[in-house]
Amino acid sequence: MSTRAEAAQGLRLVSPTFLYVLVMLAAPLAMVAAFSFWTQDYLIIDRTPTLDNYRAALGEPIYRTLLLRSVAISLTVTVVTVLLAFPVAYFVAFRVKRQQALWLFLITVPFWTSYLLRVFLWKVILGYNGVLNATLMGMGFTDAPLTFLLYNANAVVITLAHAWAPFAILPIFVALARIDRSLLEAAEDLGDGPFRRFTRITLPLAMPGVVAATLIVLIPTMGDYITPRLVGGTEGLMIANMIQIQFGQANNAPLGAALAVTAMVVIGTISAGIFLIGKRLGGRLT
Amino acid sequence: MTRLSSNWLAVYAIIYMIFLYAPVVLLPLFAFNDATIIALPLSGFTTAWFEQLWGNQTLRTAAINSLIVAISSAVIATLLGAFAARAAARYSFPGKTGIIGLIMLPLVLPEIIVAVALLVALSQLGLSLALWTVVVGHVLICTPFAVAILSSAFRGLDRELEEASFDLGESRWGTFRRVTFPLVLPGVISSLLICFTISLDEFIIAFFLTGTDVTLPVYIWSQLRFPARLPSVMALGTILLVLSILFLVLGEWMRRRAARRQGQDAAAGGAMTGVA
Amino acid sequence: MNETNGSAPMIELEKTVKRFGTFTALHGIDATVQEGEFFSLLGPSGCGKTTLLRLIAGFENPTSGSIRIAGHDMRGIPANKRPTNMVFQSYAIFPHLNVAQNVGYGLKRRHLSRREMAREVGEALEMVDMAGYERRAAHELSGGQRQRVALARALVMRPKVVLLDEPLSALDKKLREQMQRELRDLQRSIGITFVLVTHDQEEALIMSDRIAVMFEGRIAQMATPEELYRRPASRRVASFIGVMNFLPARATGETQTGLVVQIESLGEVVLPSHTIPAGLRVDDIREVGIRPEMLTVIFDDAPGPRHSFEGQVSGNSYYGDMTYYDVVLPGSERTVTISMRNTANRAVVRPGNPVRVGWSAESILLFRQED
Repeated sequence: MSTRAEAAQGLRLVSPTFLYVLVMLAAPLAMVAAFSFWTQDYLIIDRTPTLDNYRAALGEPIYRTLLLRSVAISLTVTVVTVLLAFPVAYFVAFRVKRQQALWLFLITVPFWTSYLLRVFLWKVILGYNGVLNATLMGMGFTDAPLTFLLYNANAVVITLAHAWAPFAILPIFVALARIDRSLLEAAEDLGDGPFRRFTRITLPLAMPGVVAATLIVLIPTMGDYITPRLVGGTEGLMIANMIQIQFGQANNAPLGAALAVTAMVVIGTISAGIFLIGKRLGGRLT
Repeated sequence: MTRLSSNWLAVYAIIYMIFLYAPVVLLPLFAFNDATIIALPLSGFTTAWFEQLWGNQTLRTAAINSLIVAISSAVIATLLGAFAARAAARYSFPGKTGIIGLIMLPLVLPEIIVAVALLVALSQLGLSLALWTVVVGHVLICTPFAVAILSSAFRGLDRELEEASFDLGESRWGTFRRVTFPLVLPGVISSLLICFTISLDEFIIAFFLTGTDVTLPVYIWSQLRFPARLPSVMALGTILLVLSILFLVLGEWMRRRAARRQGQDAAAGGAMTGVA
Repeated sequence: MNETNGSAPMIELEKTVKRFGTFTALHGIDATVQEGEFFSLLGPSGCGKTTLLRLIAGFENPTSGSIRIAGHDMRGIPANKRPTNMVFQSYAIFPHLNVAQNVGYGLKRRHLSRREMAREVGEALEMVDMAGYERRAAHELSGGQRQRVALARALVMRPKVVLLDEPLSALDKKLREQMQRELRDLQRSIGITFVLVTHDQEEALIMSDRIAVMFEGRIAQMATPEELYRRPASRRVASFIGVMNFLPARATGETQTGLVVQIESLGEVVLPSHTIPAGLRVDDIREVGIRPEMLTVIFDDAPGPRHSFEGQVSGNSYYGDMTYYDVVLPGSERTVTISMRNTANRAVVRPGNPVRVGWSAESILLFRQED
């Protein structure tokens, strides 16, 4: 087969799937973008282009607060999740010899519990009369239930760090597992101790995995809406809750669209920044 | 690293696993707990909550809806995934990175964005929400997983195997039937199972796109507001968890069988690592 | 040519061109493979040898030119309809089938009875010395066994031509050498035409009746192994096959018996007419070649060949049965490589020692200009 015939065959083969995402994803996303420049009065859509929605999204304190809080929570969740995940990925990649597949499987199992129920169960664990407080008091660590656990940003961070754990561990594990062991031996042979070897060889080579983990956790977290609703309280609400409200009760889809686009642009910019920094770090250190 | 730090690492990993499993372990505990309040200490063993589930007509309807959605989504996503995976594994064509990137996009797109976008599009087209609109959304988020699983199945399929079949006189269809299909079949089944599980658990898209027919997670969401219903929700969650794990073990087993058939290292990378 | 058979042409390639996009993989190949011949396509990677094999098999279509097999034009005939069968580089053993199912794969379409099928498969396995392995699973086979099964799977089809794409490159040296002999003996005994692709010149020399040496999509020389080694058509072929010393030289005149050539450090010599390639332009001579084994060390002023020079040994490489020495030429910084068999009673040659090296005019090679 010539290269051109091959390309045609490849395009033909991919076209059903491509068409599907084009019609069902790309077009709707474009529509959301268009919506964000329109206005809505009850059920009537006014298609005169306007920037009012963006002015509201960026100007009005409530939206700005939610947006900033969402970014802050997402970034915190991401950092916590990745930091907690790295040693586990390292352990499975370098210390576990025969049962790697089993460990990886066990890490993914909790992820397949209904997301709703997992979040709800964290509420049960962290609550005033919750499992954690009961355990702590039962063991005599505290006299009264801790109240800083539930209905605030802490609870959101803990719950999301749990929810996204496998998505953070697996990319880092893959990157670590791919490192040629002879590179580590070479570093040692050339005089590096364990710490220097880790910072000069292991970490830079694991960087693509760390960046992937960061982005895989960060982006969906920004759009999360169950966790803030269930465990966040009022000060844990995030932008996604407001988007849902605008499309639902508030009946202001254009504003909701503008909020969605704004959130995506913000998170997209942050992601691009992280990607570039990761590339620099990985590149420079190697 | 030294023996000491190695041990600390193991201890840390075990604590981390406890953190991962804490909510999962509580689920069956409360499901069999003979108390209407979800809290410690446990008071006694009962299967009443499971029995209550059985008589619940709304729940049964929701379960049937979920099955319809999950099966349809799994079949369509696996089919679409197979096309894309085959194209990606075997051919190079202009715009490949962009096209495959768009197909994989829902993997990093917040579900609420997918849900909102579809909601806007459907309302603009004047289509009313129903179970099929949920399927449309679930196919979008399942397809990347199908592509990832099937890509590894198709990549493991050595091109020379198909050529050898052709060289031995077999037709293109015969080659597909006797070589290609048997070798990727376990991958296909693994993809079906994982897509089924994802769809069965998915809440946000279902919540936005479902009409009057609710799916199981949407039903669970509606029940979470009523404390009296919580124990039977726990029971339902337990059943779903057991089913999910069953499907996953089955899917993983099939995937490994596929890898072994293709003579690869079966332990190398699970379905999830393929996605990452 | 395999004159002993004196048989008909099996594969005829005429001006066969293959382009991939803007890249030309084959520039008009003309070649004929005789029936029953063991023919090799030899060349470095990327020279087009595998592409040529795939054109013959029918996996690729020529951009222009024709391919005939057993007298039939193959234009438009796909791989599954051609009288050729291939042994793939990876062997392409179907991993989900056992040995018997693999070997019987192509027979399935011939609607044989179960008994006939089993007999055919058994005979083919017998041929490759794998009788009794029918039930063995694909993943239980060693590299050498996979190679044998792949060969049996091709032979059972009774093809007119067996195509082999670097079939031995995945095996270790010992097994490879054994398989080379086995494959050649098997081919001789069944008489089917074999076309082998290889980058290993030693393998091609050992196994083939005839070899086509390819560079950059062209056949540089097509000849028997001996002719290829002793009379390489070009400098490139000469350096690709075996070890060759090149020395600057120019033609200074002609005599009744041959050509007078002035060779750096070796002096003037008359090259006999029969050693001079046809079509060589005397003015184009810039260098000559001589094989290491054609340079012999002369001990104790014994009467040796007519020509000799005094050199100094600068280094050596020991190969067990042979030793290669680097010898610095007199009045020059240039070194030549000479080889010696390590026979029981030969004198010791050490680096740093002076040495007298003999050679004969017949062993001096001249090359046509490269294209």
